[in-house]
Amino acid sequence: MDAIVTTNLVKKYGDFTAVDDLNLTIKQGELFSLLGLNGAGKTTVIKMLSCLSKPTGGDAFLLGDSINEKPQSIKKIINLSPQETAVAPNLTVKENLELIAGLYGQNSKNSQKSAALTANRFGLDDVMSKKAKILSGGMQRRLSIAMALISSPEILFLDEPTLGLDVLARRELWAAIKALKGKVTVVLTTHYLEEAEALSDRVGIMAKGKSVAVGTVSDLIGQTGTTKLEDAFIALNGGAI
Amino acid sequence: MRVVLFSKRNTKEIIREPLNFFFGLGFPLILLLLLSIINASIPAEANNAMFEIDNLAPGLAMFGTAFMALFSGTLVAKDRTSSFLMRLFASPMTATDFILGYTLPMIAMTAVQCTITFLASLIFGLQFTVSILFAILITVITSFLFVGIGLLCGTLLNDKAVGGICGALVTNIAGWFSGIFIPIDLIGGAFKVITDILPFYHVVEAIKAALQVDFSVMLPHLGVVLAYALIIYIIAIYAFNNKMKGD
Repeated sequence: MDAIVTTNLVKKYGDFTAVDDLNLTIKQGELFSLLGLNGAGKTTVIKMLSCLSKPTGGDAFLLGDSINEKPQSIKKIINLSPQETAVAPNLTVKENLELIAGLYGQNSKNSQKSAALTANRFGLDDVMSKKAKILSGGMQRRLSIAMALISSPEILFLDEPTLGLDVLARRELWAAIKALKGKVTVVLTTHYLEEAEALSDRVGIMAKGKSVAVGTVSDLIGQTGTTKLEDAFIALNGGAI
Repeated sequence: MRVVLFSKRNTKEIIREPLNFFFGLGFPLILLLLLSIINASIPAEANNAMFEIDNLAPGLAMFGTAFMALFSGTLVAKDRTSSFLMRLFASPMTATDFILGYTLPMIAMTAVQCTITFLASLIFGLQFTVSILFAILITVITSFLFVGIGLLCGTLLNDKAVGGICGALVTNIAGWFSGIFIPIDLIGGAFKVITDILPFYHVVEAIKAALQVDFSVMLPHLGVVLAYALIIYIIAIYAFNNKMKGD
């Protein structure tokens, strides 16, 4: 079954077209990476799909529900980890996790249970009683992603999840994201091409608001006659290899 | 359920900032002490009742609630600029959950804060009567004005700008144009006209009248304050809804 289907999705800000006639299909359980240069429209797509921004034209369907018609139903089945770390600074790690679990409808007992399980999954057990604001950048980012997963979403949006993380923290997060494959539909935006290569089932490349290529990493490499994803990406963006 | 969870979170965010404790609770008490000392030094023949405790306690109760604009505004602005609010906008929370979740903790804090101010005023000679409870209720009702200002500023501005506008500008304007620190009737003229137009003087007068259980004086002043609060809340909710829609 398709988890996400966009049909002629458009977003304009005045005269500027941020997303231009996007048609995309993402299967359930797939890990789909959206790549593009700065300003290509990746974050705008994520914002529209997570019902944070209304499309100017077209529509998108998440597990059959339209983002224009049923945003409230969609919000129950998705979760999002924004580009910047999004945690409540004066709440402890445990309180942050339980808050999100509760907001998605879990009762107090289940929230506590989910918080413990999610913390364990993301290596946050040792800092459960620490306030989020005193954690390192890497740990805060990990918490931010754990908060996106505690509601057991069917579709998860990760907007540049490893931005600013050191190499060890990045690899740890990759392992956590890989573990979601097949269970959760993940849409991930990233500037790190090796990340897309390591994690994705399929990759979509955007340029100037348009989708210029969609396929597996080997599809894109073959399509452009290159030898690696970085070269394929540059070729698809009109750059010189 | 979501409102309760979000209110609890907002309460924790505010009370876990030590500076909020100082400005919310300590500052009005320090002013109470200082102005009571000044009042004791004013000779009786000066016939100046401005800092007498019946006038001072309602004034400082209002002044304390002015800081709710700073607290609510800073919280909303920080949530917005740190992307925490974006995360919540993508959750099943509704606009009503957000507005109530930000408002209710401020109203509860106002109740605690003005109760402490009135109780401390007993030490400085305020007569203990049941009307103090009524004055607390009216202070709580009038605090919607400041919470609304905070929500509006927090929705439109970043936390530094909120600090400047709600922390410095609103508290100063509320202090100077409410008649707590200067005798408005004695100055008169354009200054008096401005204080009549702005809501802050009416807040203090409504609380003073509540302390005297004088409905005929209280209701017109309360009406002005609630009209202001309603208009500011409508604008704040409109602005917040636009942010939720990503417009």
